[in-house]
Amino acid sequence: MRVVSWLAGILLLAVLATWWLARPQPLPAAAFAALAGDPASGERIFRAAGCASCHSAEGARGDDLLVLAGGRGFDTDFGVFRAPNISPDPEHGIGGWTLAAFGNAMLGGVSPDGGHYYPAFPYTSYARMTLADVADLKAYLDTLPPSRQPDEAHELAFPFDQRWALGLWKRLYLRDGWVMDQELDEAAGRGRYLVEALAHCGECHTPRDRFGGMDTARWLAGAPNPSGRGSIPNITPGGLDWSTEDIQAYLVSGFTPSFDVAGGTMAAVIEGLSRLPEQDIADIVAYLKAVPAVE
Amino acid sequence: MSAIRMLSATVAVAFLGLAATAPVTAQDESFAAEREARQGQFKLLGLNIGPLATMAQGRIDYDPVVAKAAADNIAAIASLDQSLMWPAGSDNESVSATRALPAIWADPAGFAAKLDGLRSAAGAMQQAAGTDLNALRGAVRELGAACSACHENYRQPQ
Repeated sequence: MRVVSWLAGILLLAVLATWWLARPQPLPAAAFAALAGDPASGERIFRAAGCASCHSAEGARGDDLLVLAGGRGFDTDFGVFRAPNISPDPEHGIGGWTLAAFGNAMLGGVSPDGGHYYPAFPYTSYARMTLADVADLKAYLDTLPPSRQPDEAHELAFPFDQRWALGLWKRLYLRDGWVMDQELDEAAGRGRYLVEALAHCGECHTPRDRFGGMDTARWLAGAPNPSGRGSIPNITPGGLDWSTEDIQAYLVSGFTPSFDVAGGTMAAVIEGLSRLPEQDIADIVAYLKAVPAVE
Repeated sequence: MSAIRMLSATVAVAFLGLAATAPVTAQDESFAAEREARQGQFKLLGLNIGPLATMAQGRIDYDPVVAKAAADNIAAIASLDQSLMWPAGSDNESVSATRALPAIWADPAGFAAKLDGLRSAAGAMQQAAGTDLNALRGAVRELGAACSACHENYRQPQ
């Protein structure tokens, strides 16, 4: 009898400890109190962060890329993730969200009802964004056309359908510090913010461990294609020997030095990057040239 | 590693167990002639896009004669009938050394529309290349977009 109650006690403690470790941790509401977003600056954040690549409708082109109705499916080893509607529709989109709710989603992967988002939404990168940029982005998103398309549920098998467990995952992998935390020159420093926070290049270009966390020891060193055959290339100087001019030309036109043209998910990335100021592209390349070479 | 990370890792390991790895399937060498022919035409396209794109980027001087010759080549390559080059069963899941996705055969109308996009961009380039640098720039953008539109859904990344 005594053994049984001991075991029950230990089990209860384990459950409580797990619950405590996995609980969502939103930012204090006061963090966003003094911020008024500027939609004009927010457009640059939107292009760099590539929101449209995932949240526009499948096959969207031109102005339709600004209708963030969601619905695209992402077929991964964990199951199929479906991008939600983030248009300003108050019922089906995020039009009714406060800035604090939006900030908690972007920086901590926490939903307005206090649940965890799956890291298919790259908040592990956005966690490095400044609060001012989050506010500007929200202000810009609020100017886009609303869509009344309802969200579709993800299709995930056990155990990946257990959302609460993402709290443990975040304990392991959610960091707001830089991956490259050494001193960088001015251009590479600005590039670091663009690459590590906004453009979230590491999400595809860095390999992941078996729990789906980024292996930062092989930062930007290439990875298997998350949705199908093939691989995402190594873009450290150990894998990419292109000149500064070559990389700049590629990021705004899609042309490689041998005049192949970007495809796959990179096509949409370039669609966004090609609309950024030239300085941003130069800064991204300065950072990529400063990243440690991984073979 | 902090105690909390260690504890989280332990619980995560206990919770998820080992993730399964995808089996590696063997690929055969069928359709080598068709595959090499279709890859050859894209190499020829890339070679001719070279001078046009570098002129548009300002990395070499604009030369209307060189530009027109390259544009004529691109239009000629884009006009080739494709019917012998894409036999069913020559996708990247069935044979080796190709990045052609099964979507090409699953969605022939969509793939044909992308080829039409290439032909119309090549036609516009033929008109623009010998005119002036500004016209060339616009046509290069359009041609790149036509290539990319197809690579987006019908070609495997690296």
